Amino acid sequence: MAEHDAGGSVPALRTDRLGRRYGKIWGLRDCTLEVPAGTVAALVGPNGAGKTTLLEMITGLLEPTEGQVSVFGQPSHAGTAESLARVGYVAQDHPLYRDFTVADMFHLGRAMNPRWDQLLAAARVDALGIPLQRKVKSLSGGQKAQVSLTMALAKHAPLLVLDEPVSSLDPVARLEFMRDVMASAADASLTFLISSHVVAELERFCDWLIVLGGGLVQLAGPADDLLAVHRLLTVPRATPDAELPGTAIDRTDSDRHSTVLVRADPVQLAVQGHAGWQANPVSFEQLVMGYLQNPSPAAATGNPAPAAQRPGPGTKAVTS
Amino acid sequence: MFRFRLDSSSGVPPYLQLVHQVRQALLLGYLQEGDRLPTVKDVAASLVINPNTVVKAYRQLEHERLAGGRPGQGTFITATSAPVPSQTQEDLRASLEAWLRTAEQAGMSDEAVTALIAMARHDMRKERV
Repeated sequence: MAEHDAGGSVPALRTDRLGRRYGKIWGLRDCTLEVPAGTVAALVGPNGAGKTTLLEMITGLLEPTEGQVSVFGQPSHAGTAESLARVGYVAQDHPLYRDFTVADMFHLGRAMNPRWDQLLAAARVDALGIPLQRKVKSLSGGQKAQVSLTMALAKHAPLLVLDEPVSSLDPVARLEFMRDVMASAADASLTFLISSHVVAELERFCDWLIVLGGGLVQLAGPADDLLAVHRLLTVPRATPDAELPGTAIDRTDSDRHSTVLVRADPVQLAVQGHAGWQANPVSFEQLVMGYLQNPSPAAATGNPAPAAQRPGPGTKAVTS
Repeated sequence: MFRFRLDSSSGVPPYLQLVHQVRQALLLGYLQEGDRLPTVKDVAASLVINPNTVVKAYRQLEHERLAGGRPGQGTFITATSAPVPSQTQEDLRASLEAWLRTAEQAGMSDEAVTALIAMARHDMRKERV
């Protein structure tokens, strides 16, 4: 899309065959990704898919076992001040020191970040009605999340990584938090990478989608483009996957018909139109859920493997 | 200032919803040439949506020559719409309501009515080509 790669600029984030092993188990493996500058990217995956592992390697908190992270073209080195300063991080549980006041937290932020913007930090909490002298432990969940976001924004880092930022918030606090994220995305042309469980809400927030499953990238790219190359087919039940136009991702069999999520060239779909077949556009949620429910061990680059290599989708028989 | 809304259950991509709303407001005369559309940031914050979605919608409107960006000032409506006069719209609505009542009495479901309208429109377009 034009707004992403105007001028062929350096991506905000690039990971190259990134992996992290915990003992004998790989938490994440062979993760090659790009997030263009100026996008709001969503990172989706079930628990244990490797989301937090990936995010911590991107922020420079965790050393990769193999592979490389680059932020705006510069290789990251875990634990170094420059690498940490280039990425703003809002961790899952908003880990702020309980006995610190908001002002103390900002003091800490200033000490740790060369580009700390005290004016921005103070103006933001003022606008939110959070007193600087209030202790962290007496803040509401929504306020803690907002202080965490404020600290990430005040670092003036070009890439912001948010790990499940709203999972602990009530619906109103959630909306207010995301409103501020969307406004800052518009304001300063920041790039956001946001992990989330709440698939239904993501469509309106993100324009780039990354689906992780089983420690591997299952799907990645511009959300609109991904939607355009997937269809929900309704076909007679006996139709084998090999006869479908494209790669079958998810299949649900009923008595007489099957519903199959396929990745296909839309032109190919139009040409291969069959009587008795129906091809419908797929919704954002159907697309994400289709991949989440059928993690492919072959998918590594975000482009699903060709049909021959990709194992058949987990077939769910509604009735037998 | 024009205000957008978003229906997350409609299945229509968010950027297209914004485009449709401007087109519709032009047809109905709620938006006129020279009107300024809200800034990308305002729309992103008020609807809580990705600003790139708003940018995409505004680009589409520019592409359709319905709106144009003025550097540093924002996006403005450039189309001279000739809205259908309100009396004509009311008359059309009245005859449509009468037709819908007839369809309902004949046992047509909402879905069947929508399908029938889509089919009729499709056939009319084909005749014009």
